[in-house]
Amino acid sequence: MKNTLLTSAAAGAMLAVGLSSSALAGSHATDLTLCWAAWDPANALIELGRDFEEASGHSMNYEFVPWTSFADRMLNELNSGGQLCDLMIGDSQWIGGGAENGHYVKLNDFFDANAIDMADFIPATVTGYAEWPKNTPNYYALPAFGDVVGWTYRKDWFERPALQAEFMETYGYALGVPESLEQLADIAKFFQGRDIDGTTVYGAAIYTERGSEGITMGVTNWLYNYGFEYENPAQPYDVDGFVNSAGAVAGLEAYRDLYENATPPGSSNWYMGENIDAYRSGQVAMQMNFAFIWPGVEADENVGGGKSGYFPNPAGPAGQYAQLGGQGISVVAYSEKQDAALEYIKWFAQPEIQARWWELGGYSALSAVVEDPGFASSQPYAQTFLDSMAIVKDFWAEPAYADLLIPMQERMHNYVVAGDGSAQEALDGLVRDWIEVFEDEGKL
Amino acid sequence: MTTSPIQKVAQSTPDGVAKKIRGLSDRTIAWIFVAPTIFLLLAVNIFPLIWTIRLSFTNFRVNRPNKDVEWVGLRNYERILNDPDIWETMQATAHFLLWTITLQVLIGFLLAFLINKKFRGNDLWTTIIVFPMMLSPAVVGNFWTFLYQPQIGLFNYVIAFFTGVDPASFSMIGDVHLAPWAIIIADTWMWTPFVMLICLAGLRSIPDSIYEAAECDRASKWRQFWTITIPMALPFLMLAVLFRGIENFKMFDLVVQLTGGGPGNTTTLTSIDLKREAFEKWRTGYSSAYAVILFVTVFGLASIYVKALNKVKER
Repeated sequence: MKNTLLTSAAAGAMLAVGLSSSALAGSHATDLTLCWAAWDPANALIELGRDFEEASGHSMNYEFVPWTSFADRMLNELNSGGQLCDLMIGDSQWIGGGAENGHYVKLNDFFDANAIDMADFIPATVTGYAEWPKNTPNYYALPAFGDVVGWTYRKDWFERPALQAEFMETYGYALGVPESLEQLADIAKFFQGRDIDGTTVYGAAIYTERGSEGITMGVTNWLYNYGFEYENPAQPYDVDGFVNSAGAVAGLEAYRDLYENATPPGSSNWYMGENIDAYRSGQVAMQMNFAFIWPGVEADENVGGGKSGYFPNPAGPAGQYAQLGGQGISVVAYSEKQDAALEYIKWFAQPEIQARWWELGGYSALSAVVEDPGFASSQPYAQTFLDSMAIVKDFWAEPAYADLLIPMQERMHNYVVAGDGSAQEALDGLVRDWIEVFEDEGKL
Repeated sequence: MTTSPIQKVAQSTPDGVAKKIRGLSDRTIAWIFVAPTIFLLLAVNIFPLIWTIRLSFTNFRVNRPNKDVEWVGLRNYERILNDPDIWETMQATAHFLLWTITLQVLIGFLLAFLINKKFRGNDLWTTIIVFPMMLSPAVVGNFWTFLYQPQIGLFNYVIAFFTGVDPASFSMIGDVHLAPWAIIIADTWMWTPFVMLICLAGLRSIPDSIYEAAECDRASKWRQFWTITIPMALPFLMLAVLFRGIENFKMFDLVVQLTGGGPGNTTTLTSIDLKREAFEKWRTGYSSAYAVILFVTVFGLASIYVKALNKVKER
C-alpha cells in the first residue's frame, strides 16, 4: 500500500512538472536578467522594458550596479562565467575583452537574419560600442545608449549684465559659451570664489576621480584637443611620441591648471555624481559630465527650466574632440536563455522602440531617431548631443583595457590632483606602462 | 518509570547499528564529532591558502581564461619586493598603523582611566563613548567625508574657529599632506572606544586590596599609577595593540570610502593596493604573491608579539 501511494505521488509530481514545462515551452515565457549601471537611464529602461514584457510574455529582471563598482562587479561576473546576466549593457571599452574572451555572443548572423543593419546607427556608436576588432564588420553588441562628455553651464548667471560687463573688461571678449578650452578656463577662473546671491561659487566641476575611470574620462577631453593620440596612426601600438607628445603635455598641464585654479575645494575625487551634486546645489558655474545627466538637469527645480545651457567640449589647439561614453547591449555567452535575450535585442532595435527610448530619457543611437527633423528642437540639449556625438574619441577597447586604464588613472590623478612630478614625466611613465602591457599581450 | 528522548532513540536503534557504535573507541567518536569542523576549516581556510601559494608562482590572470598559465618561479616575489610603489604603500600603511595605534591606546587608556572612577552618569558616558564602534565603517567613512567637506564640513569650521583660517582654504581629504591624517583621525574616532573597553576590563581586574596596601605604605597616586596600574593593565594594553594592529593592517573599507586611496597614492594602504592588483588589474598570480607576503608579514609580527605578550603575562 505504502509503495503504491509513493508511486502514485511520484507519477503525479512528474505529470505536474511535465505539464508546467510544456506550458512554459508553449508560451516561451522566460525570466531574463539585464545587467547595467545604476543611474537615471536605467530607470527609463525599466519603463521601456514593460512594453517588451507585454509583447513577448517574458519577464525582465534588472541588476543595476553603481558606476564606481560597475566594472569590478560585472567584469568579475563575466570572467567567472557567471549566469547572472543574460543581457549585458557593458561599457564601450569592454567590447574587446568581451569578444576575445568569449563573454559576448557574436551577433552578425543574428543581425543578418533579422534585417538589423549597423548602417542604421550613428557610425561612432557602432565603432565604439559594437565592433571588435575596431573598424571591422564583427559585431558583439547593438548600440544601446549614446553618450558623450559635454558641458552644462549656468545660463542665468552668464546672462547677468553686471557679470558680462566685468568679464568683458577683464578678458576682452563676451561672456558666453566658450569657443575654446582656453576660454573655458578663463570663464571658470572668472567665477572661482565669486559671490553670487550671497553664496561663494566656483568655476567648474571636472572629473578627478581615481578609483574607477573618472579622471581618464575627464582629462582626455583636454589631451585629445591638444594633440594626444593613442598610437601612431601608421603603426598600431606604437605609443611613444604620440601619447607623450608636446601637445599632450600642454593639454595635461592645462587640465591641472584648471583643477588648481578653478574647481571647488575638496573636489579631488569627483566623478559623475559629485559633479551633478555640485552643479545642482549651485556651487559651480559649469560642470563637465556625460550627456545622460541633461534630462535630469532640465527637470531640476534649482537649475532646470531654462536656467542651464549645454555645449560640446570646446576646441583646443589640435582640434575639437570629446570623450565617448555610452554602451552597447550584448548577449552573454554563458546565458542559457540566449534565444529570449536575442528576442529582446530584436525588439530593442526597432525604430519605434528607439524613438520611445529617447522620449523616456534614453539616448538612442539609431540614426532615424536623431536625424528626425524634430529631434534637435525636441529638448534644449538635443542639438548639443548631436554636435558632441560628431566629435567623439574613445579610450582603448583592447581586451587588456583594464590594464591600460589603471596606469592612466594613477598617472593622471597623481599629476593633476597630487601634483607629483611634471606632465612630461606623467605621460612618459604612461608610455612605459602601456608598452609593458602591450608586450605582455604579445602586441609588441 | 518514564524514558528520556535519548533512551527512546537508543532503544529504537537497530541492533546491528548499536553494536557498531558500541564498538567505537572514544577517540573515534571524538573524531566523528570534530571531522565536520575540520573539513570545513580545510575547505574554507587551508585549501584557499595552499591554492594562493600555488598561484603565486604562476602568471595566471583570471580575466584571461584562454591564455596558457606559465610557472614563473619567484619572479612575482622579486617584482613585488623591488617595486618602489609597493614600498610606498607599505610606508603609508606603517604610518597609518603607528599613529592610529599610538593615539587609540593613549586616548583609550585615558578614557578608561576616567570611566573607571565612580561618578554620576558613568554608564551613560560609557554608552556614548562606545557608540562610534557600533557603526559600520562605510557609514563612518561617509559621515567623515561630509565632516571634512571644505564648504559645509563641521571639521573645517571647528579648525577655522580655533585658528582663524578660511574653512574653504584647506581640504582634509584632497590634500596630499592632510589626507593621511584625515584617515587617522576617522579611524581613531571609530576605534578608540574598543581600546577603552579592553583597558577598562584591565583596570577593573586590579584588586582594590593592592591599592589599599599601597596607601598603607604611603605610596603617592603617581607612584601607584606607575607601579600598580600600568604593569597590571599592560597585558590588556598589549592585547588592544595586537587587535588594532591586525585590524588596521588590513584596513580597507573606511579608507576607500573616505579617500579611495588618494590623493595620489598617499592613502593607498597595502590592502587597497592588493585589491587593485587582484580585482582591477586582474594580475592573479602577482596578487597571490602579494597576499602571501602580507600574510607572512602579519603572521610573523603577530607571532613575535604574542610571545612578548605571554612573557609580560607571566611576570
